[in-house]
Amino acid sequence: MNQGLQNILSFIEQNEALTAAQKQSIANWIKEVDKVITITEFKLDRTEKVKKTTAILLEETIQELELKRKAVEESNDALQKSLEELKAAQQQLIQSEKMASLGELTAGIAHEIQNPLNFVNNFSEVCSELIDEMAEEIKKGNTVDAQAIATEIKMSLEKINFHGKRADGIVKSMLQHSRTSTGKKEPTDINALVDEYLRLAYHGMRAKDKSFNAAMKTDFDESIGLVKVISQDIGRAVLNLITNAFYAVNEKKKLQPDKYEPTVTVSTRKIGDKVEIVVKDNGTGIPKKALDKIFQPFFTTKPTGQGTGLGLSLSYDIVTNSHGGELKVETRDGEYTCFSIILPV
Amino acid sequence: MGNTHVSALFYQYKSYIHRMKILVVDDEKDVQVLFEQRFRKEIRNKEMEFAFAYSGEEALQYLNELHEAVLILSDINMPGMSGLELLRHIKEKHHEPPPVVMMITAYGDADNYNIAMKLGADAFLTKPLEFSLLKEKLKAIQ
Repeated sequence: MNQGLQNILSFIEQNEALTAAQKQSIANWIKEVDKVITITEFKLDRTEKVKKTTAILLEETIQELELKRKAVEESNDALQKSLEELKAAQQQLIQSEKMASLGELTAGIAHEIQNPLNFVNNFSEVCSELIDEMAEEIKKGNTVDAQAIATEIKMSLEKINFHGKRADGIVKSMLQHSRTSTGKKEPTDINALVDEYLRLAYHGMRAKDKSFNAAMKTDFDESIGLVKVISQDIGRAVLNLITNAFYAVNEKKKLQPDKYEPTVTVSTRKIGDKVEIVVKDNGTGIPKKALDKIFQPFFTTKPTGQGTGLGLSLSYDIVTNSHGGELKVETRDGEYTCFSIILPV
Repeated sequence: MGNTHVSALFYQYKSYIHRMKILVVDDEKDVQVLFEQRFRKEIRNKEMEFAFAYSGEEALQYLNELHEAVLILSDINMPGMSGLELLRHIKEKHHEPPPVVMMITAYGDADNYNIAMKLGADAFLTKPLEFSLLKEKLKAIQ
């Protein structure tokens, strides 16, 4: 019993003024108070214990959380790093895709330059000979003949000029293709751009595979005029579509060498305030199960090492994101594929 | 005076029987003007006569209808039928005696050369074309 209560109890026991019954009552009250105190002490003690346990648990939890926070921080850093690595890799892949398509073009470009050079070299020699002849006629006093020769010289010089410019255009377009895009939209002759890439792609394909053969048809809408586009980028998208078309007809030709005429048709059309560039081939078509994936990066049906799987995904990005246009596809397995680039004017 | 006349006639006759008929096949349209300029003397003197075709298909059609070119100068890279296919057609199928076929190409690589030779090409020239070299080859045939 509590010492204070014990003292009170002894004190009351010795008190003569109280009756025995009174003493008993007081003793009972004191016992009850003692009980309450004991219970309270017990409860307090228990609460204290619980508090301690909780504090320990809390401490442990905090430590655990700290560990977890560190782990999250670490994996966040790791993710950030791999994101940066992925971005760098993506950049590199885009560059290598550009280079791959440039490689495809190189042979075509070489061919396309030899042809105008053939004219430049030979017509300049012709001019030199004609001038000698003209001098001869002048000496003889044949002004009429001399005049006629002068006309021929002028015509030859015009040819030299024309083919010189042609070679210049080819070199410029090659440089443009390998350069990073300026990202600037400039008024562009879409028909000329498409025609140029069609020729380059064709000769490139021919240079790589001697047996390659396809009829090329063009149907250009002359009324479309100049359209504001990032010409290198649209050129690249068009080149990808044409290269794919040639690949598709070539694959089909391998499967059925007879009675099949590989044909690639490229056309342009103005529809309201939009311009459409259509590349159609009568090649292998795209199977249904591949159709959903063709615009995904790295998806390719070509044998390993032959395609980056980035051509169409880049084309899609160029047409939709950079130009606010649409890239649509229509195909029948084994029969044809038709890609349309639709650009707002 | 009479002598001059006779010799002129004789010269005309000679050039007539020796006149070389040449078919040039190339998809580049300006090739026609170029050949007409570079061979203007030969054309004027009626030593040579040129015909032009702008595709392999057109060349075959010309040969099938007229059978008369003795010499064919063909580009290799043309849309549609390539020069090599044209060469194969000419050497395999038609014409007795077979015409001389010279290939002219912007691709002077070994592959093209070997295929052309295997198919029976009589010469293989590269662009830009050296006309002095071509004229030598033509003289050798004459």
